[in-house]
Amino acid sequence: MTSTRLHNGLMLVLLPALNILTAFIVTTLLLLAIGIDPVAAGKIMLDGAFGYEEGIGYTFYYTTNFIFTGLAVAVAFHAGLFNIGGEGQAYIGGLGVALVALGLGSHLPAFVVIPLGIVAAALFGAAWAAIPGYLQAYRGSHIVITTIMFNFLASSLMVYLLVNVLSPAGQMQPASAAFADSAALPMWHDMLGWFGISFDSSPLNASILLALACCVAVWVFLWKTRWGYALRTVGMNADAAVYAGINPRHMIVLAMLISGGLAGLVAVNELMGVQHRLVLGFSAGYGFVGIAVSLMGRNHPIGIVLAALLFGALYQGGAELAFEMPTVTRDLVVVIQGLIILFCGALEFMYKPYVQRFLLRFSREEAQA
Amino acid sequence: MAEQNGQYALELRGISKRFGRVRANDDINLGVKAGDIHGIIGENGAGKSTLVSIIYGFYTADSGEMLINGQPVTIQNSQQAIAAGIGMVHQHFMLVDNFTALENIMLGAEGGSLLKEGEQQVRARLLELAQTYGLEVPLDTPVEALSLGVQQRIEILKALYRQARILILDEPTGVLTPQETDDLFKILNTLRDDGVTILLITHKLREIMAITDHVSVMRHGKMVADRATAQTSAAELAELMVGRKIKQQLERQAQAPGQTLLQVDKLTVIDHKVRRVKEVSLSVAAGEIVGIAGVSGNGQSELLQALAGILPFQAGSVQLGETRITPQQRKTPDELRALGMAHVPEDRHRMGLVLPFAAYQSAILGYQDQPRYNNRLTLKQHYMLDEYSERAELFDIRPRDERLSCSNFSGGNQQKIVLAREFQADPSVLLIGQPTRGVDIGAIEFIHQQIMAMRNAGKGILLVSVELDEIMTLADRILVMCDGLITGEVSHADANERSLGLMMANATQEASA
Repeated sequence: MTSTRLHNGLMLVLLPALNILTAFIVTTLLLLAIGIDPVAAGKIMLDGAFGYEEGIGYTFYYTTNFIFTGLAVAVAFHAGLFNIGGEGQAYIGGLGVALVALGLGSHLPAFVVIPLGIVAAALFGAAWAAIPGYLQAYRGSHIVITTIMFNFLASSLMVYLLVNVLSPAGQMQPASAAFADSAALPMWHDMLGWFGISFDSSPLNASILLALACCVAVWVFLWKTRWGYALRTVGMNADAAVYAGINPRHMIVLAMLISGGLAGLVAVNELMGVQHRLVLGFSAGYGFVGIAVSLMGRNHPIGIVLAALLFGALYQGGAELAFEMPTVTRDLVVVIQGLIILFCGALEFMYKPYVQRFLLRFSREEAQA
Repeated sequence: MAEQNGQYALELRGISKRFGRVRANDDINLGVKAGDIHGIIGENGAGKSTLVSIIYGFYTADSGEMLINGQPVTIQNSQQAIAAGIGMVHQHFMLVDNFTALENIMLGAEGGSLLKEGEQQVRARLLELAQTYGLEVPLDTPVEALSLGVQQRIEILKALYRQARILILDEPTGVLTPQETDDLFKILNTLRDDGVTILLITHKLREIMAITDHVSVMRHGKMVADRATAQTSAAELAELMVGRKIKQQLERQAQAPGQTLLQVDKLTVIDHKVRRVKEVSLSVAAGEIVGIAGVSGNGQSELLQALAGILPFQAGSVQLGETRITPQQRKTPDELRALGMAHVPEDRHRMGLVLPFAAYQSAILGYQDQPRYNNRLTLKQHYMLDEYSERAELFDIRPRDERLSCSNFSGGNQQKIVLAREFQADPSVLLIGQPTRGVDIGAIEFIHQQIMAMRNAGKGILLVSVELDEIMTLADRILVMCDGLITGEVSHADANERSLGLMMANATQEASA
C-alpha cells in the first residue's frame, strides 16, 4: 500500500516535469525553425526572470496575481465548477478597491484603508461570482457560459464607469483619480529597506504575503474544515452530498463566493500595490492564465504556487526576450506560454500510462530482488 | 485439461491478465464443449468478468491463447468476436432506450446506407429466429416501454442475428423475476438443443445447478475446479468458491416486535413526472426486520430515498418516533439522522461513499457536522483516524489502511465502511438498501450477522433487496413491491420463493402488456 502511495507521489512530480520538458523541446524546435538561437533565447529569459533584482521583483509580482487567480479556479474546481470568470471578478474587485481608496483614502490612515481595500476587493469579486453561482445552483444555467458572459459584462461596465463616472473632469484618460497615499501598499524594496537590505525598485509589494496567506487559508479550508469537506463532497459526488445532508446549492454558491473573492484580490496587487488608481483593463488576462495555473498545480495550493512562479517567470522572462531580441515579438512569447498550457494542461495525462508502466516494472524488479 | 480439440467450441489455454499489481486472471484453462451450457461461477472479484472481457475482446490477455472450434484466434475487439461467432449479453443491457427492438437489433448491421433496404430482411430473419427459439418480442415498440425480461430477449436476438454460435450471458438473471428466469432457461435450453454453445456467468449456485452441463469455479483469479454439474452439489461448489466451509444458516433469535418506530401512511412519490410509489403504507417495529422484495425498478429505491429525505414525496405521511413528516413539513437527511434514522444506500458508489476520499474521510459522511468530529473550525483528524481504525477492526475492513482511497477497497470492504458508519451511529430506525450487492460470500455472511445483531438489539430495520434469498433469510415480515404498490405480505415462516415470485411478477406482466 505504501508503495502505491509512493507511486502516486512520484507521478505527481514526474508528470509535470515531463510535460514541461516536452513544452521546452517543442519551443526549442519552434525557435530553431524561425532562426532564433534557442540557447541564447533561454538565457535571456532566465536572466530576465531571475538574473537581477528588478527582474526577480517583476517575476514575483506576476506570480502574486497568478496565485490569486489560480487559487480562485482551484476552489471552484473542488466544488465541481469551472470558473472561467476570474478575469471579470478580478476586474470588478478593482472597483471595490477604487471606491474605498477614493472615498476614504484621504480621511483615514493606511492601517484602516488597506484592510478595507482588501475586504472590498474580495467582496466585489465575490459578488460578481455569486450571480453565476446562484444561476448555476438554482436555475441550472451552466457556470462556464455565465462566467464567460460576466467577463464581457465586467469589461463593459468598467469602461462605462471609467469613462463616464470615475474619470476626473478634464482628464482624457479612461482612469480614475490617483489614490491617496494611505491606500498604497508598502513596496517590497521599501520593506527590505526597513531592515537595512537594499533591493532595486520593482512593482513587487506586500500583497505577495497576502497571496501566500491565502494559499494556507485555502488549504486549511478545503482539507481541514467541515465546510471544505462538504464542498469537496459536492464536487466529487453530488449524490453522496445529498445523502449526507449537504445542500449542493449552498456549496455551489459558497464555492463561487470564495473563488470570486480570491480573484478579486488581484486588484489589491495591481491597484493598491502598483497603479495607485483604477485603470482600464488592469486585469490583463491574469484571470485566464489562472485556469492554466490551477490545472498545472493540480488544484492544490503548493502546486499553484509553483505553477504561478513558472508563469511569473515566463511573463517577465518573455517580456525581456521580446525587448532584447528584435525578431522575437510579444506574440511569440504568448505562443511559448500556449505550448506550456497545452502540454501541462490539455495533455496533462499524456505520459501517464508510460510512466505508470515504467514505475510498475521498476517496483516489480524491486520485489524480485 | 485433455487436448481433444475437436470437441471444444471454445478453449482457453494459460490466459493471464494483470491490472497493476492485481492478477485478475492467472493461468486460466477452460474448455467449453460444443452444444453445452457451461457455467462459470465465482465470487465478485474472482476474475469472471475479466475473463469474459478477454473472450469478447474488450481486454487483451497478457499471455495465453484462445481457440474456437480448435482454431487459434486473436480477438482484439468486439467486431472480431462477432466475426468469430461469439455473442454477448451484458449484465447491463446495451440498448438504445428510445429505439425500437428492430432498430436496436439492426444497429451496426444496417446493411446499406438507407435503413429501408435492410429492414425487410432483418424483420424476416427475426421472425424466423423468434419462431425457432420462442423468442417473441414486439419489434416496433420503443425498448424503454418493454420489461427487462423482454429487453434481455432482444439482446439475445441481437447476438443470434449476428450468427453467434457461442453465446455468453453475464449475470443474466439479476434483473429478472423467478418466472422470467424460468422463461430464460427455457430459451437457453432450446438454443442448446439447436447446437448453440452457452457460457453462463453467475454467482448464483441455484442457477448453475438448474441449467448447466458443466461448471467451472473461479477464485482469486484462478480456475480452481471443473465439474460435470451432475456430479457435484451446491454445497461443494460453494465451498470451492469461497475456499472454506460456510455456514448457510443464520441464527434467528425469537423475539416479539416492540413498539412501532416507523409508520408510513399512503406515501406517494412522483419522480420525473412518474408515480414511482403509489400510496404505500407500512410499519416497522423495534426488533423487527421488514423486508421489501421485488424486481428492481418497481419503486423500492424511490421509497427508500423518500424515507431517507433524499427524494421529496408528494402525498401521505411518515411517523418517525414522535416526529410527523409530511410533504409540507419535510425533513432533510441530516435532520432525519438527528432523529435517529440511519440509511445504508442501495448504491454505495453513487451515494454511500465519496470514492476519491480516504476511507476515514468517507467514514464520517453524513455525520461531518457532529461535535465529536469538530473543533471550532477544523475537523479532528486524529479522532477520525482513531475511530475509523476501531471500526476497521470491529468490521474487519481490509486492508487496514485508513488513508487508502475508498475506490481501492473491494466491494465488500466498501460496503463494510458504509455499514460500520451507519451501525455505529446507533440509530433507532435503519434503512438498508441492497446490503450485499456486489459483495463476496464471506462478507455476505458477516453482513447478515451484523444486520441480525442490530435487529436483536431492538432496532427497527427496513430492508430493501432484489435478492430473494437475502430477504427470506433476514426478514421477519416480507412485503412485495410491484409497480409502486405493495402487492403482498407474508411472514418469515410462510415465505416461499414461488408465492413471492408470483406477487413480484403480478404487476410486471400488467406493465408489459
